[in-house]
Amino acid sequence: MVTAQYTIANRLGLHARAAAQMVKTANRFTSEIRVKSGDREVNGKSIMGILTLAAVQGSLIVLTVEGPDEKEAMALLGSLIMGKFGEE
Amino acid sequence: MPGEETKKDLVQLKGLGVSEGVAVGQIYLLDRERVAAPHSRIPPEGAEAELARFKKALTATQRQLELIKKRIQTEESRDLQYIIDAQVLILKDALLLQGTEDGIRQGLNAEWALELVRDRIKTVFEHLGDEYFRERRSDVDYAVERLLRSLLKRRAESIEDVKGNMIVAARDLSPADTAQMVHSRVIGFITDMGSKSSHTAIMARSLEIPAVVGLKNVSQLVKTGDMVAIDGFSGEVVINPDAATRQRFAELKKSFRSYQTQLPRYRRLPAVTLDGNPVRLLANIELLEELGAVKRYGAEGVGLYRTEFLFMNRKDLPTEEEHYQNYRKVAEAVFPRPAVIRTLDIGGDKFISQLELAPELNPAMGLRAIRFCLKEPKIFKTQLKGILRAGELGNLKIMIPMISGVEEVRASREIIEEAQAELKKDRARFAAGIPIGIMVETPSAVAAADLLAREVDFFSIGTNDLIQYSLAIDRANAAVSYLYEPLHPGVLRMIRSVADAGRAQQIKVAICGEMAGDPFYTAVLLGLGLEELSMSPYSIPRIKRMIRMIDQGEARNLADRLLGVPTGSEIASILTKKMEEWFPDFRSDQVFYKTGLDDELTKGVKDAEHDTHIGISGRRTSG
Repeated sequence: MVTAQYTIANRLGLHARAAAQMVKTANRFTSEIRVKSGDREVNGKSIMGILTLAAVQGSLIVLTVEGPDEKEAMALLGSLIMGKFGEE
Repeated sequence: MPGEETKKDLVQLKGLGVSEGVAVGQIYLLDRERVAAPHSRIPPEGAEAELARFKKALTATQRQLELIKKRIQTEESRDLQYIIDAQVLILKDALLLQGTEDGIRQGLNAEWALELVRDRIKTVFEHLGDEYFRERRSDVDYAVERLLRSLLKRRAESIEDVKGNMIVAARDLSPADTAQMVHSRVIGFITDMGSKSSHTAIMARSLEIPAVVGLKNVSQLVKTGDMVAIDGFSGEVVINPDAATRQRFAELKKSFRSYQTQLPRYRRLPAVTLDGNPVRLLANIELLEELGAVKRYGAEGVGLYRTEFLFMNRKDLPTEEEHYQNYRKVAEAVFPRPAVIRTLDIGGDKFISQLELAPELNPAMGLRAIRFCLKEPKIFKTQLKGILRAGELGNLKIMIPMISGVEEVRASREIIEEAQAELKKDRARFAAGIPIGIMVETPSAVAAADLLAREVDFFSIGTNDLIQYSLAIDRANAAVSYLYEPLHPGVLRMIRSVADAGRAQQIKVAICGEMAGDPFYTAVLLGLGLEELSMSPYSIPRIKRMIRMIDQGEARNLADRLLGVPTGSEIASILTKKMEEWFPDFRSDQVFYKTGLDDELTKGVKDAEHDTHIGISGRRTSG
């Protein structure tokens, strides 16, 4: 199991476009992916779950990945978040 | 047969014109009525078959969306593709699928199980504090609705069903609807909701079809087959137009067409009066997306960049870096031409969710614009630093709104100096000598214009607020709105005296209210001594055309004469006569003499839209 903490830095937060990118990426892996923000934890492969986190810019999220490809999944998701989902 | 045809009443509506053009045609009412799904019990042995039925409908719906997505594979619709993507992902979401399958196994039919899960998910969304995320429940609705229709073997009603050239009317358009407009024969659309920045409006502009939004209840007033005439510039909509109205719109359409063919030619022509006096035409914008139009319509720079959009739809405040990135794009896009950045102008009818502003009895005269900024210097300074830094990369100017006297100018300058000192300490690069100007929009600023002119680098007259404040009328109040008279002798005199005060101190005086974008007033404004007009970029060609037909000397004589006329209505009738005499095509070309987007009035509609995002990309990435 790997766990990492990220700050959502892009201007719009985990809005629909970013959430879609995150969920698409998460679904490429077999590992279980959990995303926590505040006291809410959701399935990282569920777009509605991610959206209900209502993570605006500056929110802290904790990613937990568990499974055979957990390291790769974490690396890719982490770079997506830190790369601000390609937003300028 | 007489008596069989019931004469329908003509209904006249005014909305927000978000994409220019004129269309007359039949309505296609896109009815978003809920499909009534039957609820029934499934015996245990029927569960597998019901699950299979659900999966089949699901696959079909996903395929529909993939098809829509494929058809919009163009560069400019990349944002729309994400919207459809999100819809697909909702339909693949375990939250939705697992829940529905559980329901079916417990003996509910697929529709019932699906609706239960949808309602449960929507409850979660409804309890979210953030408006944007709360509104995403409508995306869940759109996706589930599509799936329900598929389960019921009902075809999803879509814009593709539109036969012939029709005008789509709807309460609101879903992301998928908008995407399909690319391939339909829709010649215009009218909606209850929406704003200039909603993606439906952006789409209409890129498709070059007229659109009027913010019509409040138009979808309840019409049905499929009704005739409608729409003007996407003025926002005028006429349901069941009579012969005279149809004739008028046919003429509007003709002049719009000829205007469109002339447009490219006008972009290159200079804005010079007949007797050789150059006039600077600048653009009013509020979205980065509009920078393309600034160039396309031949503006000589940005005369007003409204920055309120940066503050909207978010919980926190924009950082200095965000301000900088945003203004940098404006600076670079128009370089070497200038761009005037107006500092935060909230308060009054505008609203920002993250600041807990106390409700005010009279917000127009309350804590707004510079008053608010001076009370919250940190917010002000953050914005100023962003502008100062971006100024390094182009030709930016700072404009402060709602100044009522010299003290506010001096207080603002102090904060600007602090911002510069802090940037210097951080060793950041910034534009040191950035020009600082003010909006002249309060009566006291007009009366003290000579004093203010010594303190600032330029003036820009905001006629909308100036008229409202000086005639002491609340434009939202229908009982007194008749008093809103741009040609009131008091208003004309104020404009003249501000122009004179500016000239005496050799500072530039521009005008950026809606009068600037209305060709009816162009001759008067030039005659009163203004040399810079700032307006919606879409108005520039028609104003330029007007300027090129005006003799500055004659305009001056006209203005002098009008200043001696005692009432606004007399001034208006003299001006109309003069315009007809100078420009014989004045009547037939009427579309270009109409007032453009009513900036201040439409703010309300815009803000309402920010409360009701259409679809998933309600929050734009480029804003």
